[in-house]
Amino acid sequence: MILSQFVILGAALFSIGVYGVLTRRNAVLVLLSVELMLAAVNINFVAFDVYFQDAIAGGQIFSLFIIAVAAAEVGIGLAIVLLIFRNRQSANVDELDLMKL
Amino acid sequence: MIDYHALAPEILLTTTVMAVLVVDMLPVRKYWTAVVGLLGLFVTVIPVLTLGFCESLDFCEATGVRTMFGESYVVDTFSLVLKGLFIGSAFVALLLSVGYLESDRFWQGEFYFLMLASVLGAVVMASSRDLVTMFVGLELVTGPTFLMAGWRKGDARSNEAALKYFIIGVLSAAVLLFGMSLVYGVTGELTFTGIRQASVGVLDGDLGGLFIIGVLFTLLGFAFKVSAVPFHFWTPDTYEGSPTPVTAYLSVVSKTAGFVGLLAICYLAFAEVATLWGAGLWILAALSMTVGNLIALRQTNVVRLLGYSSIAQGGFILVPFGAAIAANASGADLEEAFFATVTYLLIYAFMNLGAFAVVIAVGNRLRSAEIDDWSGLFNYSPALAGMLGLFFFSLAGIPPLAGWFAKFVMFRSVLAVGNTWATALAVIAVVNSVIAFYYYSKVVISAFMRPVPDHVPAAELRHYKTAPSLQFALVLTAIGVILIGIFPTLVAEIGEATRTFASGF
Repeated sequence: MILSQFVILGAALFSIGVYGVLTRRNAVLVLLSVELMLAAVNINFVAFDVYFQDAIAGGQIFSLFIIAVAAAEVGIGLAIVLLIFRNRQSANVDELDLMKL
Repeated sequence: MIDYHALAPEILLTTTVMAVLVVDMLPVRKYWTAVVGLLGLFVTVIPVLTLGFCESLDFCEATGVRTMFGESYVVDTFSLVLKGLFIGSAFVALLLSVGYLESDRFWQGEFYFLMLASVLGAVVMASSRDLVTMFVGLELVTGPTFLMAGWRKGDARSNEAALKYFIIGVLSAAVLLFGMSLVYGVTGELTFTGIRQASVGVLDGDLGGLFIIGVLFTLLGFAFKVSAVPFHFWTPDTYEGSPTPVTAYLSVVSKTAGFVGLLAICYLAFAEVATLWGAGLWILAALSMTVGNLIALRQTNVVRLLGYSSIAQGGFILVPFGAAIAANASGADLEEAFFATVTYLLIYAFMNLGAFAVVIAVGNRLRSAEIDDWSGLFNYSPALAGMLGLFFFSLAGIPPLAGWFAKFVMFRSVLAVGNTWATALAVIAVVNSVIAFYYYSKVVISAFMRPVPDHVPAAELRHYKTAPSLQFALVLTAIGVILIGIFPTLVAEIGEATRTFASGF
């Protein structure tokens, strides 16, 4: 098995996710970018797990946990975004600047 | 076979979480959900104590360190001390919340449910000894707090606090996970002991670079959680915008949970690369202290000031980690550093919760957290002004208040190493202690010496009664701060008991 392909894919996805978090202005798209980063981590874990032939499949189990936690976090995140949208009619993260230094 | 005694704190806490939800459905006053939560926390302390004093109890089967689930869940002295700390701090944070939530139209049952779930995560983290459990525990700590930060639903500042905290929180979780995935990729292990064994000499091998990146990303994820500079941007905004009891909770329980994760990962999993994390955390400690204190100097809002102060305090807590930067640091030096961090965390919980209790009590009277509005507090509320002085001077590290001992063990741990870098960090910490004293005393001087501003109705406020739950929290933390300050052996012995955790070097 060629491990490097998967690791490079994981690293690329992670970098795209970081770029998205830093540049996107809409809170929902920021959330999506974070999901991309978590997907990259899942790819890494599963790839390493298969490469090591891990007897207890630790990497694959870890990625299942990550999927579950990520779903919960998106639930929380969308609730917060909805709350903000209801109060301000916008989900733009740049407009949240009531508090500074 | 499952060791139910060892898992009793977690089981009782889970039962409490569920019980709060059930009571919330019953047609009784929502006040009772808080009572059930407080009772549950109180009951949860009992198995922690019986496990801690197992050797002197007849019914307890003394087995030493209790290891469960293939070394991934361990109940030892360190985890018990931290569990006690989490449950105690949560008890005080819950007391702070009761009056606050009653004072306005808040959802109460759900709030206590979320807070207790978060405490459960912290308790799990204290025992987790593998990456999966650690991650799940950490997410259980932070997940509910995102929602708690936005509890004032109609308030734009609270909304903003929640979203900023949420985005940084999930971003840091993703970075942490990426680091963990690389560590797994290099070592093929998820348990801390396994990672440690597999990482002997890994830095000299082909995958050394990858391992360094993995370790640094993992540290970075935790640095966000403990709001170390330069990963602190969310902290002041979230602290200011959140309801004040939530801020107290974030600055103590959530932050301590981050430090527990850092302690367990650094001293167990990454023990073979101590100079690497020592160097990384040296930089974070120096930056956190300096930047936190310098920005705190120009704050006009007490909550924001405490936000920056907690960043700086986080820097002080990181200082002993920096001692590991010295390649010649012996096992005894690292044990000393470990002891210093745990002791500082124990004392920090008391004084910071107390400081926030004062902020809430004064905030109830004035509806303001501006330092200028607090002038002349002594004239109409001498007891609160006294408490303010007590906790702020303790945070500054003035004897005979508890803070001095925390600072003392912190300095002792780095100076004992005797290395140039470690000594340099001690010097930075000394300079910062002086800066910190200036801004803490500024608030206290304003409360004691300045005249009452015209718009503050001092005559009416003289008769204002503090809510009983808040009074209880204030007395509890004040007694802790004074007692520990005069008899530091009280915490020193607890810290001493955890020392064996780092003895593997």
